Amino acid sequence: MIIRGRAWKFGDYVSTDLIAPGRYANLRDNLNEFVKHVLEDADPKFAPAALERKEAYIVVAGRNFGQGSSREHAARLIKLSGVPIVLAKSFARIFYRNCFNIGLPALTTDTDKIDHGDELEIDLEQGVIHNKTKGTQLPAGRIPPIMMQILSEGGIIEYIKRHGDLVFEKS
Amino acid sequence: MGLTLAEKILSMRLGYDVRAGDIALCEVDMAIVQDGTGTLTFDVIRQLMGRDFLKYPERALIVLDHLGPPGRPEYATMHGRLRKFAQETGCLLAEVGEGISHILLSERYVKPGDVVVGADSHTSTAAGMCAFATGMGSTDTAIAMALGKQWFRVPETIRFELHGKLPQGVYAKDIILQIIRLIGEDGAAYKAMEYGGPAIKELSMDARFTITSMAQECGAKLGLFPSDKETKRWLKLHGREAHWQPIEPDPDASYERVYEIDVSKLEPLVSEPHTPGNVKPISEVAQKRVKVHQVFLGTCTNGRLEDLKVAAEIVRGRQVAEDLRFLVYPGSRWIYRQALKKGIIRKLEEAGAIIAHAACGPCPGMQFGLLSDGEVCVATQNRNFKGRLGNPNSFIYLTSPATAAATAIEGVIADPRPYLKNGTE
Repeated sequence: MIIRGRAWKFGDYVSTDLIAPGRYANLRDNLNEFVKHVLEDADPKFAPAALERKEAYIVVAGRNFGQGSSREHAARLIKLSGVPIVLAKSFARIFYRNCFNIGLPALTTDTDKIDHGDELEIDLEQGVIHNKTKGTQLPAGRIPPIMMQILSEGGIIEYIKRHGDLVFEKS
Repeated sequence: MGLTLAEKILSMRLGYDVRAGDIALCEVDMAIVQDGTGTLTFDVIRQLMGRDFLKYPERALIVLDHLGPPGRPEYATMHGRLRKFAQETGCLLAEVGEGISHILLSERYVKPGDVVVGADSHTSTAAGMCAFATGMGSTDTAIAMALGKQWFRVPETIRFELHGKLPQGVYAKDIILQIIRLIGEDGAAYKAMEYGGPAIKELSMDARFTITSMAQECGAKLGLFPSDKETKRWLKLHGREAHWQPIEPDPDASYERVYEIDVSKLEPLVSEPHTPGNVKPISEVAQKRVKVHQVFLGTCTNGRLEDLKVAAEIVRGRQVAEDLRFLVYPGSRWIYRQALKKGIIRKLEEAGAIIAHAACGPCPGMQFGLLSDGEVCVATQNRNFKGRLGNPNSFIYLTSPATAAATAIEGVIADPRPYLKNGTE
């Protein structure tokens, strides 16, 4: 699968509180409204730009992206805003599983090599990020086989429905 | 080679040994949602099963601790949906005012050796009683509830050997803040933390839960204490002694890293805004004379009986600073009643505290105790991310209940130790 988009940079330790602020908890059953505030406390310019849908933005962050609260709304809002993939130096564990469960790929790489606005092309199977703007290639961290299986079937719910149960091929 | 606590609990469950890196697919003893994550979880159950369905309704618990009593109409609607789901499936429900999910789990349901998941990142709190308890998203929790099982990667373990005696004025909260300071907010990412060493015998269950509640603030899957005499005392206290079994890690277990911590060398610590890892000693912070507008005592981290007691001893016979709001949210109804019986609530109230119902209170930043621009809150909670108390232009400092209580009296961030010198403890 090839994924294309333009980099939107964020810093280290972006928590789910910054992605999906608690003060909008009244919108948790109304994600189409809530998405207008996605990542608001990390960068208030992001949501309006992403929702214009002129182009796909790729969230490019630093260390431990998605730390803190388990609120899955955070991953869902990022996906709903049109972001096709999240890149970071590292991910917090609950957020990481949430992403794959809902079919949003999350890939680790040295995001210092990507600048805000760079045009990116990502080959998920090969684990390579092409930075078209810089003409460089970045290796991505390996996605665990279980997560890859879940992602390739569109998320964990589709996976379970297709296999009839929560079962994994022996690896 | 022996097993760590995390490996041991999952191996006991599966009936064969699993090691770090293995995938464990196992039955879940308890799965919880709270009112902030429940409706999404149940949407996913419908998507998965085509209807409201739980494999084991008696192992699923809904706790209305974040949004009740509802301060917004949408919250009331969410509560309505959650109550209806409980009626239809027969699952357990803890009403508004019963307390915080993590505290209720430890008081009423979890046994040493259990596997527990919850759509709340502080579900790891119950690992203080030697359960494999960890937080997950709504989809993962939906699967655990609907199918009665879940998969885990067996985590590597980082061991913390605690030595020495805690000095006066230094508490479990300071131990966990010291650990975050030492290893960083992602220092235990994807790992299990495991506590041992002579000093843990002196740590009550209340203190242990403070430490295990903040595993997520180290990036960890969970933080485990062994099941020992203190665990047994706790279960007996809650009428569940029969649920006790001893669980220890094997002496030849394999650890990724081992940290030795001499707790006698610690001083009270403070996480400054805007991350829990921004930890400073109180001696440094107190010098800045930071003006405080609100002090909040409570949460799954520090809303237990010992926490309320130590705060009450500090404020007794004194008055909260002018222009300062001192909010107290007991962690459960049991804690509330004990605190009433023991005169703790009266001491807090007479000092000027506002005593609220048993709930999460301001911590999730959804309706109670929110801050205005430029305001400062000292909180015994576990997180101080920007905007956590409803306003990205406010500032949150994390401390122990003692430091919070001293701050409530002085109106600036204050060292609790001068208040404890006259043998009040």
